[in-house]
Amino acid sequence: MDIKDIIKPENLVYAKPRLMNDNPMHYCPGCSHGVVHKLAAEVIDEMGMEDKTIGVAPVGCAVFAYNYIDIDWQEAAHGRAPAIATAIKRLNPDKMVFTYQGDGDLAAIGTAETIHACNRGENIVIIFINNGIYGMTGGQMAPTTLEGMKTATCPHGRSTELYGYPLKISDLIAQLDGACYVTRQSVQTAAAVKKAKKALRKAFENSMAKKGTSVVEIVSSCNTGWKMNPVAANQWMAEHMFAKYPLGDLKDI
Amino acid sequence: MAEDIKLMKGNEAIAHAAIRYGCDGYFGYPITPQSEIMETLMEVAPWETTGMVVLQAESEVAAINMVYGGAGCGKAVMTSSSSPGVSLKQEGISYLAGAELPALIVNVMRGGPGLGTIQPSQADYFQTVKGGGHGDYKLIALAPSSVQEMADFVKLGFDLAFKYNNPAIILADGIVGQMMEKVVLPEQQPRRTEEEVRKQCPWASLGKTSERKRNVITSLELDSAAMERNNIRFQAKYREIEENEVRYEEINCDGADYLLIAFGSSARICQKTIEIAAQEGVKLGLLRPITLWPFPTKEIKHRGNFVKGILVMELNAGQMVEDVRLAIEGAVPVEHYGRLGGIVPDPSEVWDAMKQKLNINICNKQIHNVPELETISEESMQEVISNLNKMTP
Repeated sequence: MDIKDIIKPENLVYAKPRLMNDNPMHYCPGCSHGVVHKLAAEVIDEMGMEDKTIGVAPVGCAVFAYNYIDIDWQEAAHGRAPAIATAIKRLNPDKMVFTYQGDGDLAAIGTAETIHACNRGENIVIIFINNGIYGMTGGQMAPTTLEGMKTATCPHGRSTELYGYPLKISDLIAQLDGACYVTRQSVQTAAAVKKAKKALRKAFENSMAKKGTSVVEIVSSCNTGWKMNPVAANQWMAEHMFAKYPLGDLKDI
Repeated sequence: MAEDIKLMKGNEAIAHAAIRYGCDGYFGYPITPQSEIMETLMEVAPWETTGMVVLQAESEVAAINMVYGGAGCGKAVMTSSSSPGVSLKQEGISYLAGAELPALIVNVMRGGPGLGTIQPSQADYFQTVKGGGHGDYKLIALAPSSVQEMADFVKLGFDLAFKYNNPAIILADGIVGQMMEKVVLPEQQPRRTEEEVRKQCPWASLGKTSERKRNVITSLELDSAAMERNNIRFQAKYREIEENEVRYEEINCDGADYLLIAFGSSARICQKTIEIAAQEGVKLGLLRPITLWPFPTKEIKHRGNFVKGILVMELNAGQMVEDVRLAIEGAVPVEHYGRLGGIVPDPSEVWDAMKQKLNINICNKQIHNVPELETISEESMQEVISNLNKMTP
């Protein structure tokens, strides 16, 4: 049998999502961003919302998210994505609007914008990548960095005496009346990927049903920033990150 | 139809003019002396009539980024604040300029630096025209000197912003914001439909249709050569604006011995100074820049050929005077008179300063006729100051 006879649509079991374009990704091999991008692209496509979706990209590793998912985007100033998404959604209530932010963007410089957008119950989705580190700028300490974890700006390990504690911002958001759905997921196994996709679908549906703000935190690995190989990074994440940031729904109403 | 004349504060006029322009959204944060803008909008509730969105943000930073989000959708959106709040907005203003988005910003200036005072000032001239945020960019800056201009410049600001895909700013001050004058508001215009916005702003992020590629609103470009090309394009646009959009007013300038140059509320004070000088036999002209950028450089240079000296009066320590000196290039003496920290000078005080700084000697009194001008009465000015005194920051 020739290879051409095998590559036929009826034999297809998996394909690149239609909304992912052909731009080579700048993410490191082993990074969680690529998987989460793929899930977002699949959900938007499956909901038939390609022409009504506007994404807001952050400052951080995902600054170029707009290069990969084939929808309209706005690139935000550092931390301001929820304010930008607020205006896009309020001015265009029929559109589906989401932000895609890392922990530095969402939980440090953008804390005020994040908390207040959620508290107003903006009908948007916030996809929150928590890898406990600033990836883009070279592995500095983030508000989510674990106790004792070494980074470029806490090379001797995060001391709670000096820098306080890992910020569980999703737990904080879950306390806000405007947030309807807050969940913590991961994408390091096939089962986890499936669950994360379901969570994203629910979040996007909530936003169109005007239920309030949905936050999907994805506890992610940054093997480059953590100075590990991808496999070891995923193991370390399951062992240490999940202990501080347990997976599951924090709120679902 | 008879004109519908109303009496209101400058801040209120901005709010009403925004609704009538067909503005899509206002995003703001309270700060004296401009809070009446958002208060008036909330009172009128335009979301029930035109569908305009009005939202009180958690900070000036959030508000200007909401403006970015709305502007990125091609919507006519605006924010307003006063000096300390406008400092906070500078990051967002730079991003608006870098992403080439049309938007309207209003700064009703108060005295600084720091938390300063809530009394009027014009000390944000440099911040406004020299680029308060990072990078090489320009804001189209309009300086109203009356409540009527507060209303009119909303439309002018939006029109220029959309013509050039560039943010525009109304640079007012506490006097123009707080004083009450008669005003004729514009007719109500409908807000644009999404179809109209898509046609006017094909770059807007309103959802990718099958007819076009995806739209990305961004100011980011890591390739230096491409980023330089972007900057060259911005500069070409700025030269075009300088060529086409200079606006200014001249009062009593033909045959004047000396020239006053002032913007905004200072120009209103200087109108009275012309009358006082005329009684002492000296003919003063007043040139009032309406666009602070683009600056009326050529026009000021031209007027410099016919006068013995120029006094620039500002409620600051000497900011616009630098641009006047650049225009005059040393041809005639250019002096500055300013009051600081919220103090507003008397018209006669300006005249005394002018005589002293430009060595004007009054030998033979010869009364000149001056045109009837609409100056701010002393009672009205005192009322503004006393009202401001009652406010808190």
